[in-house]
Amino acid sequence: MNLRDDLQLIYDWIPEGSRVLDLGCGDGELLSALVTHKKCSGYGIEINTDSVIAAMARGVNVIQADLERGLEEFCDHSFDVIVLSQTIQSMQNTEMILRGLMRVADQAIVSFPNFGYWRNRLQLTLGGHMPVSERMPYHWYNTPNIHWCTLKDFDLLCAKNKIRIRERAVMAGNKRIDRFQNLLGSLAFYRVG
Amino acid sequence: MKNAGSVGIVRPEKIAFDTPLTLSNGRVLSRFDLMVETYGQLNEQKSNAVLICHALSGNHHVAGRHSAEDKYPGWWDNMVGPGKPIDTDRFFVVGLNNLGGCHGSTGPTSLNPQTGQDYGADFPVVTVKDWVKSQAMLADHFGIRQWAAVVGGSLGGMQALQWTIDFPDRVRHALVIASAPKLSTQNIAFNDVARQAILTDPDFNEGHYARRNTLPGRGLKIARMMGHITYLAEDGLGKKFGRKLHSDGYQYGYGVEFEVESYLRYQGDKFAGRFDANTYLLMTKALDYFDPAADAGNSLSKAVQHVQAKFFVASFSTDWRFSPERSKELVNALIATGKAVQYIEVKSNHGHDAFLMEDEPYIRAVAAYMNNVYKDIRS
Repeated sequence: MNLRDDLQLIYDWIPEGSRVLDLGCGDGELLSALVTHKKCSGYGIEINTDSVIAAMARGVNVIQADLERGLEEFCDHSFDVIVLSQTIQSMQNTEMILRGLMRVADQAIVSFPNFGYWRNRLQLTLGGHMPVSERMPYHWYNTPNIHWCTLKDFDLLCAKNKIRIRERAVMAGNKRIDRFQNLLGSLAFYRVG
Repeated sequence: MKNAGSVGIVRPEKIAFDTPLTLSNGRVLSRFDLMVETYGQLNEQKSNAVLICHALSGNHHVAGRHSAEDKYPGWWDNMVGPGKPIDTDRFFVVGLNNLGGCHGSTGPTSLNPQTGQDYGADFPVVTVKDWVKSQAMLADHFGIRQWAAVVGGSLGGMQALQWTIDFPDRVRHALVIASAPKLSTQNIAFNDVARQAILTDPDFNEGHYARRNTLPGRGLKIARMMGHITYLAEDGLGKKFGRKLHSDGYQYGYGVEFEVESYLRYQGDKFAGRFDANTYLLMTKALDYFDPAADAGNSLSKAVQHVQAKFFVASFSTDWRFSPERSKELVNALIATGKAVQYIEVKSNHGHDAFLMEDEPYIRAVAAYMNNVYKDIRS
């Protein structure tokens, strides 16, 4: 099994046999690995047609839908874990979706590019332009990402909504970062709920 | 799919059933025939059979041609054939004309063995459940215990869904395309307008038009014209015809002036020439009655809770008669009960008829799904 580095971290956090809802599941790589190797069951939600068909070919339960329309159709606590992998920063209604996650599942794993990463800070303060980096490969005018945040910002949003942070991890490149996470990490992972 | 081939020249076969069939309304057909076409080879384990259920005006002629001179192939020739998404090199594909149909299966135009006359209006209204029952008898005829897949669009998708509910262990995969778990009020309303056009045609003669040598062609034509409009989307229709005129300038009369009028009248006439009015009536009734949730306390989740099949559900963005929201109802019920389901909402400007067309992501998605069905039956 050869998962993308960031997906491997999420994979490791998900207990065997969990019922998983993977929001923005892309081509279903994570879900497929969870079903095959961890006896999980679940569904992926994806909006992009090519990704949906790729996930179909993998044989995972993929549903084409727009997350912006919310999680209303899912019952309370109908899943063990919800995954929101590098999607939250591109959503209109970030706070609503975060609350939705907490209603539908017992815990959620959220990952997002860290705007507080030192290279991003450098580009803005010294370069005087919006950052373009490994986890944020877009320019300001063509980015799908509309809600940038740092680790600190996400901590505050969780606190405001009384969401407990169970675990936090940070990566730069394909390495885990343990110190000065908000400064040295380009990608953040939270296990909340 | 450009390199994919055709199943070639095909020949329909009439299969007789002498076991009585009790219908939903209590009436019994002592015997009946089903007109069937098959493509590909049934494997030794009889595990590679795919049933294609037809929609409102469909029949058994799914793919290929009946003769070299045949102008048009079967109604789903783009989907079924060697190398096509429903690959006849892999699957044994069965198409049939439903009970009550007018293309060879027992229906209003057949002889009633009890009277020696044609059934006409006396042919009982059949339901989706009845069709599924008769199709199970057809499966038995071929020695097929379990279908690799039951596939259908629109009314055909309803049959696929009903199959998974009535015979959970006899369907491995269900493909429900441009369909709905029950008709909307608006759909029932449209169906009644179509029926009224037929029922009020002076040549209808209470359904016994054949005995009186009349044909309610006008009613059937109007019903089809109205239906045809609702199966298309303004996107596609507008692009195709716009306000183009058939001749120069307005005639200030009621003849054919706009291209779209000419097109619809042609379609209506063509249909009225090949379809039976009583069949049209009873097929639209079968649509109206379909509501598996009604048998389960109005809960679709309850209706599908014993389903074992895996599902592929597809809808089309401009289909306003069977809108994506209707397909989502089924998808949500399947998710709520933890069933396996894949769902795609295809962007298309073909409206409801898109399920018969070749929108690229749609064809690719069905191919991907059927490829997994094939892997599944070989594992």
